[in-house]
Amino acid sequence: MINLNLKKTLKSAGGNIDLDMQLTIEKGQFVTLFGESGAGKTSTLRMLSGLLKPDSGTIKVGETTWFDSRKNIDLKPQQRKLGYVFQDYALFPNMSVRQNLEYALRKNQDRTIIEELLEFAELGELDQRKPETLSGGQKQRVALARALVQRPEILILDEPLSALDLKMRIKLQEYLLQVHKKYKLTTILVSHDIGEIVKLSDRVFELQNGRVIKKGTAAEFFGLNKTSAKFRFSGEVLKIQREDVLYVISVLIGNDIIKVVADRTEANNFKIGDQVLVASKAFNPIIQKI
Amino acid sequence: MDWQPLVLTFKLAVVTTAILFVVSIPIANWLSSTKSKIRPVLETLVSMPLVLPPTVLGFYMLVAFSPENAFGNWLNEWLGIKLIFSFGGLVVASVIYSLPFMVQPIQAGLSSLPSTLKEASYTMGKSKITTLLKILLPNIKPSLLTGVVLSFAHTVGEFGVVLMIGGNMPGKTKVASIAIYDEVEALNYAAANNYSLILFSVTFVILLLVYLTNGGYFKRYAP
Repeated sequence: MINLNLKKTLKSAGGNIDLDMQLTIEKGQFVTLFGESGAGKTSTLRMLSGLLKPDSGTIKVGETTWFDSRKNIDLKPQQRKLGYVFQDYALFPNMSVRQNLEYALRKNQDRTIIEELLEFAELGELDQRKPETLSGGQKQRVALARALVQRPEILILDEPLSALDLKMRIKLQEYLLQVHKKYKLTTILVSHDIGEIVKLSDRVFELQNGRVIKKGTAAEFFGLNKTSAKFRFSGEVLKIQREDVLYVISVLIGNDIIKVVADRTEANNFKIGDQVLVASKAFNPIIQKI
Repeated sequence: MDWQPLVLTFKLAVVTTAILFVVSIPIANWLSSTKSKIRPVLETLVSMPLVLPPTVLGFYMLVAFSPENAFGNWLNEWLGIKLIFSFGGLVVASVIYSLPFMVQPIQAGLSSLPSTLKEASYTMGKSKITTLLKILLPNIKPSLLTGVVLSFAHTVGEFGVVLMIGGNMPGKTKVASIAIYDEVEALNYAAANNYSLILFSVTFVILLLVYLTNGGYFKRYAP
């Protein structure tokens, strides 16, 4: 179990934010931090990993205290056992894929883990390549494999898939789930993609201005419980148009724009740019090959 | 032709560059990562030789190292080091004088690396030293090369500091740049031209090699 109770004044372009974060994460859970940029997601992860010093508070992981401002405990990042996948992957440009993984080995650690991870991440044939010659998805797999070399119990993923195209993202989401289960990890993900969050996470915390404003299971979180889960997609409102007594809302889902009819009170609830869920309860959708 | 001044010049440049390389990496590393308030002060001190007339530097070192003064006397009495009019003095003066030419490229190189590289290394349990040696420095090789070559070339071209603190002692402190001045004063233009031409050619070739290497010219033709 991870217990965070942290305070920190963050300086940002839009003024200072007083981060006041209470989080409890159960062992083995896949947790997502969700929220606008500048809400404090990355800062929270950096404080957990020891890369950013909180002003005050405590971090407890299992029975161990990683940080306690009152008792003057502050473990260095080197002493905190976790794997961190950075948004920019942070692969070492001077080393091949294999060397990147080998660098992460602890002293006297069994080297078989390298082969296991190279195979699992389907990197076997790329092992001698330098990072600059890899595609985004390949870099991501190297970064993830490298974060797992030390067999951490906690895996931190800071927007790991945001730079990838949809197809690669879906493939790697599957892969993240496998990794999470196979290595019995406690995984903390930062993501903006609702589809991704619903697919991956057990619990979601929404952050705003440095505070948790909402928490729950992914299903509760995005209101999926209200529908029968038969037919639903998430998308973004592009346009709200009035047609006589009704409103037509255009929603972008993937690459398709669909139009949904709404009445006035419903339409007033939405504004352009809102993330919405489009679902249908009463009828069975038709599926056919194209 | 007397080769001694040229030999002395390159000996001085090699020793100075070697010392600078070792000294500058920790300084540059500290400057590129610190948020300390004294950082601007130290940066200024490191950069001073860029703008200060070499004679000013030479003059103060002459005063400081002179056995007439407390510091110079202490060096002389306790450590038996005489820095005035000696090769050791030239090395100390050159190290200080060429410091910015080594520190600045390395500092710029380190600052240009994304901070996630070292953070990633720290989260893997690697110490700061290991991270510096295995991750940071190997990724700024062009900056290291630039620093080494600029310091070398700058030391070769040094005149004012050397004249002030080294004097003009054949075989000990008479480097090529001073020998040239000497020959011109003696109206011995042929000898001055010999020294000058050699210095010109050597520095030209060195700098050309740096630009070719950092421009990736050799890589393109490598197998």
